Amino acid sequence: MKGWLLALCLMALPVQGEEIVSGVSQSGVSITTNFDGASILVYGAALRDAPAPAWPLMEVIITVEGPSTPLVIRKKDHVAGIWLNRGSVKITAAPSFYAVASTKAVGDILLPAEDAKYHITIPQTIDAAAAPSADQTPYIEALQRIRQASGSFVLAPDSVLLLRQALFRTDISLPANLVEGPYKVRIFLTRGGEVVDLQENQIDVQKAGVERTLYRLAMEQPLLYGMLSLLMAMVAGWGAQELFKRLRI
Amino acid sequence: MQLYLPIAEVSVNAFVLLGLGGLIGFLSGMFGVGGGFLITPLLMMIGVPPGVAVATGANQVVASSISGALAQFKRRAVDLPMGAVLTGGGLAGSTLGGYVFDLMSRLGQTDVFVQLSYVLFLGFIGTMMLVESVNSLRRTGKAQIKRSHVHSWVHKMPFKMKFRASGLYISVIPPLLVGAAVGFLSAIMGVGGGFVMVPAMIYLLGMPTKVVVGTSLFQITFVTGYTTLVHAVTHHTVDMMLALLLIIGGVIGAQIGARVGVGLKAEQLRILLSLLVLAVAVKIGFDLLLTPAELYSVTRVAS
Repeated sequence: MKGWLLALCLMALPVQGEEIVSGVSQSGVSITTNFDGASILVYGAALRDAPAPAWPLMEVIITVEGPSTPLVIRKKDHVAGIWLNRGSVKITAAPSFYAVASTKAVGDILLPAEDAKYHITIPQTIDAAAAPSADQTPYIEALQRIRQASGSFVLAPDSVLLLRQALFRTDISLPANLVEGPYKVRIFLTRGGEVVDLQENQIDVQKAGVERTLYRLAMEQPLLYGMLSLLMAMVAGWGAQELFKRLRI
Repeated sequence: MQLYLPIAEVSVNAFVLLGLGGLIGFLSGMFGVGGGFLITPLLMMIGVPPGVAVATGANQVVASSISGALAQFKRRAVDLPMGAVLTGGGLAGSTLGGYVFDLMSRLGQTDVFVQLSYVLFLGFIGTMMLVESVNSLRRTGKAQIKRSHVHSWVHKMPFKMKFRASGLYISVIPPLLVGAAVGFLSAIMGVGGGFVMVPAMIYLLGMPTKVVVGTSLFQITFVTGYTTLVHAVTHHTVDMMLALLLIIGGVIGAQIGARVGVGLKAEQLRILLSLLVLAVAVKIGFDLLLTPAELYSVTRVAS
């Protein structure tokens, strides 16, 4: 009996040498003309030197983070009968896309102190320009609400499938309105709310083909791009006129 | 079929865009207007950012007005010196409009500013057009008093110039101002401004109707072309992919619209057009007056 209790106590201690081996179904996403979002598969397993402890259970949190951009959040107010933008809050950096997938609700498997250290939940990833204040809170909540509604922020508790406390996988879908850049995939193993191991992968999202050519031309050679747009409009307008004239005969 | 727009950075259904272009083209072919006043709000409604909607709308108007302008040119229905003066004013107005647009986006009021301009201008022009065309419908049948020249304050200004095709000898200041007003609207609303230009040419400048449409299309082609360039260079907001689909739908729709329009009376057409203009003004007006579903909005800023 005593020996059994001792064994249980030993198991409860943080296990040394629990390590993630993981992979992502694709290392890059190309935004082509018919791009309509993409689905990526994140999978992996926990490698251990010793048998897994029975308690606390291993949990998995997987985050996918798109490039951060500065933002302005504005609030409309009723002024002289019409709705005008009045208040605003500047955000130094907020991810353009952020998904949190986990085996259970993140609040149940992650301690707040660990969240603050690793910036795992959505509010932790938003950096306001000014010091946090009560006035800012509704704005930051609105940002989360708007981006969740548009699919740019995704909360998916219970979406990570964990088999025999070792193998895990999840599907994360990226929406069609993606911003170009490196997307960071992080995998956290937690036990009793503490992060046991963490691994990072990267997915490069890039415009490809015509999309890329047009975008780069518009940004790097704006005058040439503008002229081309005009030329296209003129040729189309004149061409249609001529075409229909001939069809009439 | 979903299509990713490289500049707007949104994915939209290609057939929706072709349909939108076709609808605008149909109306513009029927009424002889560019249709920019419809395309910009409609694009915003399907999720295209306001800046891209305004710039790309202007690009689309170039395509729809150039074919009309060419056809009128062959009929010698373009007053070239008048067109040149109007264009000169238009370029100045468009540049000023670009500055105001910049100022408004820095103040974070772009959407409200664009909406307000729509309500004010469309509401005013729509009402004027409706009243005028209903009156002229009533007048038909009765004897009309025709005056070849209306002398007003327009004729008392300096820098007079001869406009042979219009049969006018007037100061260049009023056409410059009309051109500037239209250029300003083009830059902030993404419209060609035909709906402002045509009544202004008839009632303010006293131009004969036969050269009004051609000359206005001539000026609109240049001013919207310039607006497209200004937006492309300063804001990088012209989406060629979006413009291409709108234009393809538009040119086909315009040909069909032109044929339908032939069967209708000019006054009936004007009443229909004014009702359409008023409907857009009312719809946008309601958006400004009613409590929005989401009070907050998020704007990405350039780093």
